Amino acid sequence: MALFLAVTPFVVGAALGNAWLRVLDFALLYIMLALGLNIVVGFAGLLDLGYIAFYAVGAYTYALLASPHFGLHWPAWAILPIGALVAGIFGVLLGAPTLRLRGDYLAIVTLGFGEIIRIFMNNLNAPINITNGPKGIARIDPISIGGHSLSKSIDVFGITVPGLTLYYYLFLVLTVLIVIVGIRLQNSRIGRAWVAIREDEVAAKACGIDTRNVKLLAFAMGASFGGVAGGLFAGFQEFVSPESFGLMESIMVLCMVVLGGMGHIPGVILGGLLLAVLPEAFRHGAVPMQNWAFGKVLIDPENLRMLLFGLALILVMLYKPAGLWPEKQHRLEMRK
Amino acid sequence: MAQALLEALNLEVHYGGISAVKGISFVVEQGEMVCLIGANGAGKTSTLKALARMLPCRGEIHYGAERIDALPSHALISRGLALVPEGRGVFARLSVAENLAMGAYHRTSDRAGTADIGKDMDRIYGLLPRLAERREQLAGTLSGGEQQMLAIGRALMGRPKLLLLDEPSMGLAPIVVQKVFEVIRSVAADGVTILLVEQNARLALETCARGYVMESGKITLADSAAALLADPRVRAAYLGE
Repeated sequence: MALFLAVTPFVVGAALGNAWLRVLDFALLYIMLALGLNIVVGFAGLLDLGYIAFYAVGAYTYALLASPHFGLHWPAWAILPIGALVAGIFGVLLGAPTLRLRGDYLAIVTLGFGEIIRIFMNNLNAPINITNGPKGIARIDPISIGGHSLSKSIDVFGITVPGLTLYYYLFLVLTVLIVIVGIRLQNSRIGRAWVAIREDEVAAKACGIDTRNVKLLAFAMGASFGGVAGGLFAGFQEFVSPESFGLMESIMVLCMVVLGGMGHIPGVILGGLLLAVLPEAFRHGAVPMQNWAFGKVLIDPENLRMLLFGLALILVMLYKPAGLWPEKQHRLEMRK
Repeated sequence: MAQALLEALNLEVHYGGISAVKGISFVVEQGEMVCLIGANGAGKTSTLKALARMLPCRGEIHYGAERIDALPSHALISRGLALVPEGRGVFARLSVAENLAMGAYHRTSDRAGTADIGKDMDRIYGLLPRLAERREQLAGTLSGGEQQMLAIGRALMGRPKLLLLDEPSMGLAPIVVQKVFEVIRSVAADGVTILLVEQNARLALETCARGYVMESGKITLADSAAALLADPRVRAAYLGE
C-alpha cells in the first residue's frame, strides 16, 4: 500500500502528464477536506453546508502571512498551525450560536455562514485593503521545506522529481496524519460522545455528556482540518480569490462524505478520490470520446459532466443509500 | 420518616408565553417509589425534564443536600440522578453493549474503573437476559420493549440513586408493559429511588407507594397510592370507571 502510494505520482506523471499529477494533488486536498467535514457531519451528525468557509479561512491565513500583499513571508510550518487554529476559532464562532439547531435549520445557518465568509473575502478591500477583494491575492510564497521550494523540481540520485510530485508527498503525509487523528478520535471518549449526540441528544445529556462543549469541539476539529487543507491549497496554487470558495465547493465536499459513506473514514476517502478525479476524467475524456463515437462534439463536456454527476448521485441514493463504502453497522441496519 | 432525596419547591416551566408547569412542590424520599400521573399535556414530562435540567425552570430543586436547579444536565448523572427519556432514546446505530457502555460515560475508565463497568454490565445482563442475548445487535433493531429495557439498563450503568422514568409504558403491548414494570420493581428492590411519570395511572399506582396527580400544570392530588386508587375523582378521571 505504502509502495503503491509512493510510486503513484511517477506512474501518473509518466503515463498521463503533469495535468493529472495536479488532479492527484487536488484529490488529496479534497480528501483532507472530506475527512474534516466527516467529523462534523459523519460523527456528530451536524449538517454543515458552509464547510468551505474554513478552507477559505485557512487559505487566506496562509495568503496574508506569506505573500507580498502585506510583505510578510512566514514559513509554511508556522502558518499551517496558525491556519488550523484560526479556522478552529471560526468553527467555534459558527458553532456557538447554532448549538440548539439541528437538521435543516442548522444546514441553513451554516450555508449562510459559508456565504458570509466568501462575501467578506470579496469585500474586505475597502476601507482597509485586507483581502484584495475579488482580485484575490497573487504571488503567494510556495510551501518550502528545508529551504527548498516545493514548486521547483529537485534532483534525487539523478532522477528529476517535479514539484507537483513533491507536493503530492507533502499532501499524502498530511492526509495520512489526518486519517490517523480521525481514527483515534473516532475510538476515543470524544468520538463516542459525538456518535451519542448524533443518535439522540437528550439521551446523550442523560448519559452525562456535556453536549455543548462536545458539539463545539466537533465544529472546531472539523474546521481546523479544513484550515490546514486551505493553507496547503494557498501555498500550492500560489493564488487565492473568493471565487474558489463558493457554495458549490461546500456541496461538493458534502457529496464526497455522503457518497463515500458518512462516518466511515475509508468510505470518505473513496468518495473524495472519486469525486475529485472522475469529473477531471470527463473533462479530458468527453471530447475525444464523442469525436470517436459521433465524429463531432454533440454535448458540451461541461454540461455532460454535470449530467453524469447528477445521474451518479441519483443512482447511489437509490442503490447504495448509506454510501458506496458504509460502516459495517450501517450495513447491518440496511439489511434489517 | 425517611430523608427527602429530591424536593421541588414552586417549580415552574414556561415555553415562551405558555406555562406548562405552574409552581408545583413535591418530595421524593430515599428508597421510595413515587409516581406522577395525569392526562396528556398536564406537564408531567416538562416537570421531569426540568428535574433533569433539560428545560429552564423557576423555583428550587433540592437533591440530597444540594440545590441542583442551576446545574447543567450532564453534571447530574455523576451525582446519581439518571433520566430514562421519553420515547426511550436509545442510540439506534450503536450495539446493545455500546449503549450500556455509554451509560457509564461519566465513570473513570482506568483499569479498575473498566473492570467495575464490566461487572455492572454483567449485572445488568443478569437483570435483563434479553439484552445479553442481543448484546452485539444494533439497538435500533430491537423491539420497543427491548429498547425500553435497554434505556433502563443504560441509566442503571450510571449507578443512580434516583431514577427518573418518563413513560416507560409508551407504545408497548400490555404484556410487554408488565415485563417492563417487573424490571422497574426489581430495580426499586435493589434500593434505587424511583420517580415514575406515567399515563397508565392504574399500573403506576399499583406499582408505587405514593402518587401525585397533575392537571394542567398543577398538582391537584397527593396521597398514598392506595388512597388515590380508591379516590372517586381519580377513578372517574384516570381509571375509566
